[in-house]
Amino acid sequence: MADLDDLYQEVILDHNKSPRNFRAMAEANRRAEGYNPLCGDHVTVYLRLEDGLIKDISFQGSGCAISKASASLMTAELKGKSETHAHELFDNVRKMLTGETNGAQGAGKVGKLAILSGVSKFPARVKCASLAWHTVNAALAGDDRPATTE
Amino acid sequence: MKAISKEADSPASVKSFDVARIREDFPILKQKIHGKPLAYLDNGATSQKPQSVIDTLVRYYSSENSNIHRGVHSLSERATADYEAARAKVRGFINARSEKEIIFVRGTTEAINLVAQSYGRSFLNSGDEIIVSAMEHHSNIVPWQMVCGQVGARLRVIPINHDGEIVMEEYQRLLNERTKFVAVTHVSNALGTVAPVKAITALAHERGVPVLLDGAQAVPHLRVDVRDLNCDFYAFSGHKMFGPTGIGVLYGRAELLEKMPPYQGGGDMISLVTFEKTHYNVLPYKFEAGTPNIAGVIGLGAAIDYIQALDWNQVAVHEHELLRYATEALAEIAPVRIIGTAKEKAGVLSFVLDHVHAHDVGTILDQEGVAVRAGHHCAMPVMQRFGVPATTRASFAFYNNVEEIDVLVKAIRRVLKVFG
Repeated sequence: MADLDDLYQEVILDHNKSPRNFRAMAEANRRAEGYNPLCGDHVTVYLRLEDGLIKDISFQGSGCAISKASASLMTAELKGKSETHAHELFDNVRKMLTGETNGAQGAGKVGKLAILSGVSKFPARVKCASLAWHTVNAALAGDDRPATTE
Repeated sequence: MKAISKEADSPASVKSFDVARIREDFPILKQKIHGKPLAYLDNGATSQKPQSVIDTLVRYYSSENSNIHRGVHSLSERATADYEAARAKVRGFINARSEKEIIFVRGTTEAINLVAQSYGRSFLNSGDEIIVSAMEHHSNIVPWQMVCGQVGARLRVIPINHDGEIVMEEYQRLLNERTKFVAVTHVSNALGTVAPVKAITALAHERGVPVLLDGAQAVPHLRVDVRDLNCDFYAFSGHKMFGPTGIGVLYGRAELLEKMPPYQGGGDMISLVTFEKTHYNVLPYKFEAGTPNIAGVIGLGAAIDYIQALDWNQVAVHEHELLRYATEALAEIAPVRIIGTAKEKAGVLSFVLDHVHAHDVGTILDQEGVAVRAGHHCAMPVMQRFGVPATTRASFAFYNNVEEIDVLVKAIRRVLKVFG
């Protein structure tokens, strides 16, 4: 049975309450918006990208605890990392959330983000957790159309 | 809810509603979710089906399945008779003048699209205005926006006040010589408000403007009489009134339906086809192109039989009591804010929790066996009006009981515990 404690872990609740890098960024050179049309969750991701390196990253928006915590954890994880690393992480996080990889196998590839692995047991919430990731992907691609989870 | 008179309340005519016995008619309610008894409080999304409706569908497919209006064989004759008998039941259910005025469609959404495209594209012109209210479901906004784009008409919106009630003075101000259509909801799906649709219709008719009412949320709770409401169109869905999915009804005044062109072309809606010219069939068949949802129509007839066998004075008292009990219980939980506090409400309790998003509430409630809707309820403008991204909505049917509301309250307290 899906366990609520796996979903709402302390770390997630903490990131929901005090999201990291939760601000607009005036000096951003990439920016993308993401919507979850089903529930109206909305996120804007800001990037300062220099020579393939994510110098700074932030986000703003409204959504549930899962989407907010996922966005917050993502910004903390991607700051200072390369664009290539971001793409790899996107792929691994997606696999973890959809249950393609599980347990230690998946967790090893996503570092601290393994805290989000409980989401895979709640299919209705996978889109909440992946919204910020689709959005950062769009920002990296320089795509100014709003990203969606559809 | 409609006010229940003292006379109707008297012990002679109203014994207390036997909800335990009613629940026996709904097999789905017996199950457990995550090991807890199901508390189904998502009736605004779709209602559950009594055994009689389920049996009717099984019986139709087991012993009667065939196409209607064309076969000379016995099965087709039986299916046609049952299909048309269901139309007669719908006519009686909403007190329409004639069965010609009952068009079977997929649901409320298709009914509104039918009117927007058939009536709207034929009789609305550039510069005309269509009035809707600020508490419409997307299905009573988007079809009108589409027709506005097609003919150059303009959409005007009646505002709602902070309780979620239509501001009638503003409506009267919006009505003018350019107003050519009014489309409003009878009961708001997001707020539960019962709109003063009779007064809205009367004011439009003073100017000769036709009125469509979206009755999707009204038919499960109120006894609807289209002649008393005096509306020109009334749209509703079978699945929200204990019938099958994929079947709905458009009621239209015959004189309007007569002058409207068909919505879709195909079989059954014609009387004569040549490659030069097609003669359309008479009402209601002109609007029922192709093989319809025969099982759905007959199942809807069974749902109407079920509803009409209930004592609606009792149902009204019971539902009113459920809403009152739930409203008072939730008001006692400090971080709860109820969205939609109209004086007249039916079946819906929408709320937000400080600092907890509706989706998180929905997930935790599900773990307690409580089914609610969390989100914008296909009414994003209502969410914007109240400055919230989403709400949690508990919506009731007559088979719900106070024990389920107690479980809801307990589950909300668990949400608050999880989120500290």
